[in-house]
Amino acid sequence: MYVYDQYDQAMVDARVAEFRDQTRRRIEGTLSEDKFRPLRLQNGLYLQLHAYMLRVAVPYGTLSSAQMRVLGDIADKYDRGYGHFTTRQNIQYNWIKLEDAPDILADLAKVEMHAIQTSGNCIRNISSDHYAGATPDEIIDPRPYAELLRQWSSFHPEFLALPRKFKIAVIASETDRAAMRLHDIGIRMVHNDAGEIGCAFYVGGGMGRTPMIAPLLNGFVPLDHLITYAEAALRVYNRYGRRDNKYKARIKILVHELGIDEYRAQVEAEFAHLQTQGIEPPIAELERIKAYFVDPTFETGLSDAIDLSNADFARWVRANTAPHKAPGYAIATISLKPLGKAGIPGDATADQIRTMADLAKAYSFDELRVTHAQNIVLPHVKKADLFALWQGLVAADLATANLDAITDIIACPGLDYCSLANARSIPVAQKISERFAASAKQDAIGELKLKISGCINACGHHHAGHIGILGVDRKGTENYQLLLGGSEGADTSLATIVGPGFSEDGIVDAIEKATNLYLAKREDGERFLDTYRRIGMAPFKETIYG
Amino acid sequence: MADVPFRFRSDDVVADPAVTVDAFAAQTNATAVRIEPGEDARALLPFLDRLRLVEVNFPTFTDGRGFSAARVLREAGYTGELRAVGDIGVDQLSHLRRCGFDAIAPSAELDPAEAATAFAVWPEVYQATGDGRPPIWALRHTAGRGK
Ligand code: SF4
Repeated sequence: MYVYDQYDQAMVDARVAEFRDQTRRRIEGTLSEDKFRPLRLQNGLYLQLHAYMLRVAVPYGTLSSAQMRVLGDIADKYDRGYGHFTTRQNIQYNWIKLEDAPDILADLAKVEMHAIQTSGNCIRNISSDHYAGATPDEIIDPRPYAELLRQWSSFHPEFLALPRKFKIAVIASETDRAAMRLHDIGIRMVHNDAGEIGCAFYVGGGMGRTPMIAPLLNGFVPLDHLITYAEAALRVYNRYGRRDNKYKARIKILVHELGIDEYRAQVEAEFAHLQTQGIEPPIAELERIKAYFVDPTFETGLSDAIDLSNADFARWVRANTAPHKAPGYAIATISLKPLGKAGIPGDATADQIRTMADLAKAYSFDELRVTHAQNIVLPHVKKADLFALWQGLVAADLATANLDAITDIIACPGLDYCSLANARSIPVAQKISERFAASAKQDAIGELKLKISGCINACGHHHAGHIGILGVDRKGTENYQLLLGGSEGADTSLATIVGPGFSEDGIVDAIEKATNLYLAKREDGERFLDTYRRIGMAPFKETIYG
Repeated sequence: MADVPFRFRSDDVVADPAVTVDAFAAQTNATAVRIEPGEDARALLPFLDRLRLVEVNFPTFTDGRGFSAARVLREAGYTGELRAVGDIGVDQLSHLRRCGFDAIAPSAELDPAEAATAFAVWPEVYQATGDGRPPIWALRHTAGRGK
């Protein structure tokens, strides 16, 4: 894991002092709310329906046990004893007092954490593959490049008042676990024909009211030009991105309106110019960062056998573990999606957060990851330790065996917290979970990614769900639209609306009908998404509305 | 003459009124120009040798186009006064300096003590922006410094 040096620490400490001063001026009244708002947003502080919400950055989703423990302590000390893991691999606290925010940032800074640029019209926290450094299917660990970008984008003076928020993801495998092409800039680490590593840049993806899949901007940017190229891409956006209408201000609209070829031509011109300016860190800096991401010392000669005689354990292993690159190890996912009404998707109590920290220390080389599906990954678990880990999870109510199943729902905070919401997301998620958990049907269905957003802003990624649900307001009552066929994986696609919306109970019935049709129609090995793609919308429409 | 409370150069304040970019291109004797957010600073590049003052207007501080305009001018070799004007608070001062502004004239008066704190907020900087400050990556890889 990356470790701060004195410079990184000094920068984060400076930020805490700056924000403490801004908060003081706000409370004393010399700084108006209008002027304060963009400043607090760039420190992750939102004003929600009932209180302030603080979003803490988890750069590329990677955490140490010590950091995770502090996240639990903050939940106890400053919130109501829980935290909410987000679709951008961050954590947010929903019940924060403004006057406490500087102290929370100071507590975070002690463990090399912060809330820098987790909101606002700036370059946001860089996200990555939650299996990075552990999965056998990547060409290289993408996180050092994400860290290089993190430092470049932190307090970048030219890009702190962009037209709109700007999200970057970096991955290094064909299997896209980070929804890379649904980001403002998605970077995939690739080999060129000469076998060198470089960056493929995709630009202009996003969800929101105008979902778009990012087209390829440049298939191979050499490593020693990464920052310069990113700067060129951002400068062109800052110059031309629309500011007359916040719904048209994301880079996806610019790329769409200019066309990718014209945007590319502008970026190339700016890139050629910027290469004369000496803004690129030396490769030695990348090497310095990479040294922090070397593999932990895996034991060798381990067996891959797992004793699956306990049926519940066997179920969890099958659902929640993935292959690891080292023999005898597995990647284990802790589901934060308890079945039925037992919890809120992505929430964890302070005790659960500390338990996960302890389990990571005992069984995963001290490391955890936050996934964009709002679960927690222990990236390096010895297969021989899986049973002990599972027992620890059972004791903490964290052993739900439903990774990527229909009850592993992504849901945005919705009307329970969010001032922009049209409808509640959480109760719908709970009803669906309840319906499918009660029957054994969720096991029969297998992989089905279900995603719920409480309004068109799409924080719940409904466009990218195999099944998506969008909360809308219909003459003052909450109404839900059903979408089918989205995917955020390597085969990225956007979901399509099926037809007229439903009530809260109606949407649960509609989903059951859709999954029944899938079970009846599926062919060998097909997931819900595959069957949908093969047979198309018409039969689903007929079943659901017929 | 414009009141410029923050100025980091020793030459005399340019007294000429800053004209619009369009007017500037047409008036061969003009030496001061004012850029609005929608205007492309690159339009001024052919005239850098006769320019003594470029004012960059920030009608609202949340519109950051002026930051790019400033860097474009400095990167092209402009050494005259680069003055940020408009809706500027203490919390923008350090960023303006980093992008190459050497004069700042906010439309509302700023508290001098708060401004002094704000200019000094960053002990070091992560990026090379042409403002003369060595970025952290350079410090790290300079012999005898960093680790
Ligand atoms: S999708 Fe809408 S309701 Fe849900 S969190 Fe985002 S803005 Fe709020």
